[in-house]
Amino acid sequence: MKKTWQTALVVGASSGIGAALVKRLAAQGCRVAAVARRSDELENVAVGANAAGGGGEVLSYVSDVDQPQLVSELFATITGDLGGLDLVIYAAGVMHPVQFEEFDTAKDLQMLRTNLLGAVAWLNPAAQRFGRLKKGTIVGIGSVAGDRGRSGSPVYNTSKAGLHTYLEALRNRVGRYGVKVVTIKPGFVDTAMTKGLPGLFWLISADRAAEIILKKARKGAVTAYVPARWRLVMLIIRSMPSFIFRRLKV
Amino acid sequence: MLSADRLEWVAGWGEVLGGAGFVFRPSTLEGIREVFGKARAGGVPVALRGAGCSYGDAALRAESIVLDLSRMDRILSWDSESGIIDVEPGVTLRRLWRFVLGDGWWPPVVTGTMETSVGGCLGMNVHGKNNWARGTFGEHCLEFDLMTTDGELRTVSRADDPETFNAVVGSFGLLGVITRVRLRMKKIASGLVEAKAVSAPDLETLLRLTDEAKDQWEYVVGWIDAFPRGRKLGRGLLHFARHLEPEEDAEPAQTLRAEAQDLPEDVFMMPKSAMWRLIKPFTNRLGMKWINRLKYLSGATLGEGAVYRQTFAEFSFLLDYVPNWKRIYRPGGLIQHQSFVPFDQAEAVFRRQLEACQKARQPSFLGVLKRHRPDDFLMGHGLDGFSLALDFPVIAGRQERLWQLVRTMAEDVVDAGGRFYAAKDAAVPGELYRASFREGQVDRLLALKAELDPQDRLRTALGDRLLEAWQ
Repeated sequence: MKKTWQTALVVGASSGIGAALVKRLAAQGCRVAAVARRSDELENVAVGANAAGGGGEVLSYVSDVDQPQLVSELFATITGDLGGLDLVIYAAGVMHPVQFEEFDTAKDLQMLRTNLLGAVAWLNPAAQRFGRLKKGTIVGIGSVAGDRGRSGSPVYNTSKAGLHTYLEALRNRVGRYGVKVVTIKPGFVDTAMTKGLPGLFWLISADRAAEIILKKARKGAVTAYVPARWRLVMLIIRSMPSFIFRRLKV
Repeated sequence: MLSADRLEWVAGWGEVLGGAGFVFRPSTLEGIREVFGKARAGGVPVALRGAGCSYGDAALRAESIVLDLSRMDRILSWDSESGIIDVEPGVTLRRLWRFVLGDGWWPPVVTGTMETSVGGCLGMNVHGKNNWARGTFGEHCLEFDLMTTDGELRTVSRADDPETFNAVVGSFGLLGVITRVRLRMKKIASGLVEAKAVSAPDLETLLRLTDEAKDQWEYVVGWIDAFPRGRKLGRGLLHFARHLEPEEDAEPAQTLRAEAQDLPEDVFMMPKSAMWRLIKPFTNRLGMKWINRLKYLSGATLGEGAVYRQTFAEFSFLLDYVPNWKRIYRPGGLIQHQSFVPFDQAEAVFRRQLEACQKARQPSFLGVLKRHRPDDFLMGHGLDGFSLALDFPVIAGRQERLWQLVRTMAEDVVDAGGRFYAAKDAAVPGELYRASFREGQVDRLLALKAELDPQDRLRTALGDRLLEAWQ
């Protein structure tokens, strides 16, 4: 049976995969609460999605994932405004460029706050609600980068690995009630985050990534690589012995 | 902000419509006032819920407080001489009949299941198989206490204020909380009824026999096989019943025991709790076509003209024979469309309805026919005519077509001067409800709503569907 969502919440909706998800969900007739820090970009996404038709509606909420103390009230407001909640996607993420020998604690903590702590702040109430109602889908946008600790970006990797583990734990906690918790691990996606990065390959558009993500979420996948060919690559990389992996300049 | 601890999935009985609600189950008047206080503080609407037996969206609203009155279930007073009983709204019909039966009384109007609550029955002004003879549930209520959302309690009596009484009964739980109900029971001489079964080979005969039976039998209900076309369209079985006279039951003390009314534990040698699992594999067009066909043929041959005695409970609560029978419709659930059509138009309208269902490849799996009479309630559904209730499975991907089918049928009903039954409905648009009422009825309800609930605190999904189209 094809799963349709009537209401969805996307955190990190002003650009990249998050914005593409908002547009796709709205085009499918879903009422979407789009949350992001940057109000102008968020408004553009909402106006564009609403103008595109498709029967859905985008409601925008300006909020910084760096302020977890605001989440509880905003989450309640959003569920009230939407008249329900079927799907929650945490798509907020940041990857600060880090030099090979650089140890910048401010940058690192920022990545942890946005990529991991913000996810905990938003997905905890979602998991609590869905677990209680015994239905709902949670999607977390992780990364193939979270599968190994690379010397090139230790904390970005850590933040995504932490997110993967957190999502797995949520799945173990509320999956028994029928709640779907889907871990998405995209490879290279053509977004502002990857702009100008060297050595990109298998680059896909944010819209294509969003299409695959929603398809996987509908199926209730546990972990989905986007696109799927990354699964094999990451299997090899994850299987690589540590003494070899540490010699790679990645 | 309301605590997520209160969140529950609150669905209509048909399991099609539902939403997350903050559920409160107070057991006292003060508890209800506290819930209204929370609603005011949080700016949250309140949806009233009794036993949750309404098929559609009458007892729920997403992201709202759901004031579940099932714990307000005390019997407050009982006079076995006059048959007058005062109960709280959460008392179910099961509890009510079991309580009064031993003194030789029975609720004059009951639903097809005994799990409905008195508050819900009054709020939706339900009817039974004896609507022609006894009217609706509200006609047997003498007075009730109504708590408005400001916490004020008033007694509304049929004798003292019939206009308000007739407006609040059947007002879909949108004007206030009914916190006490005074009902008059019906005196009976036996716990048994005499029943008769006859068959009708087509719709015209079914309607004629129903009408002819109404003056001899208190209870008249028809079952329709909705699958056949052409000459056999609308064929079905009729069941009539009447109370036994005092001399007809040799052992009234025995039959008036509640235990004597208990429904059988097994059906066809199977525990009845497992019956729905047996039926589920046949819950599809082909399976249901054959089940309906076999039911008709067995009734028309083996059961034709049979006169037999049954307990009240056996005759009245057919829906309780197979507990959780709605599960046969999972995962999509079911909706019911019940339309009331004036006497002279009924055959034509019902014929078009059955044909429309067949043409849309959405035949009803269960059809039920009843005879009705008009009533004085502001939002009443009664008229001099018939009603046809059609159950439909909801199948993923086909819901929109089903809703369109209901809309098409409902437009025909309105054109014929007919009505709808909100207790069962899930899909008739609000504007068609409006068109089904007489001039001024809807405006009167809206005026009362503004007077009794000026902050529009009491809302349900059904209420939104209706009132958004009415304002």
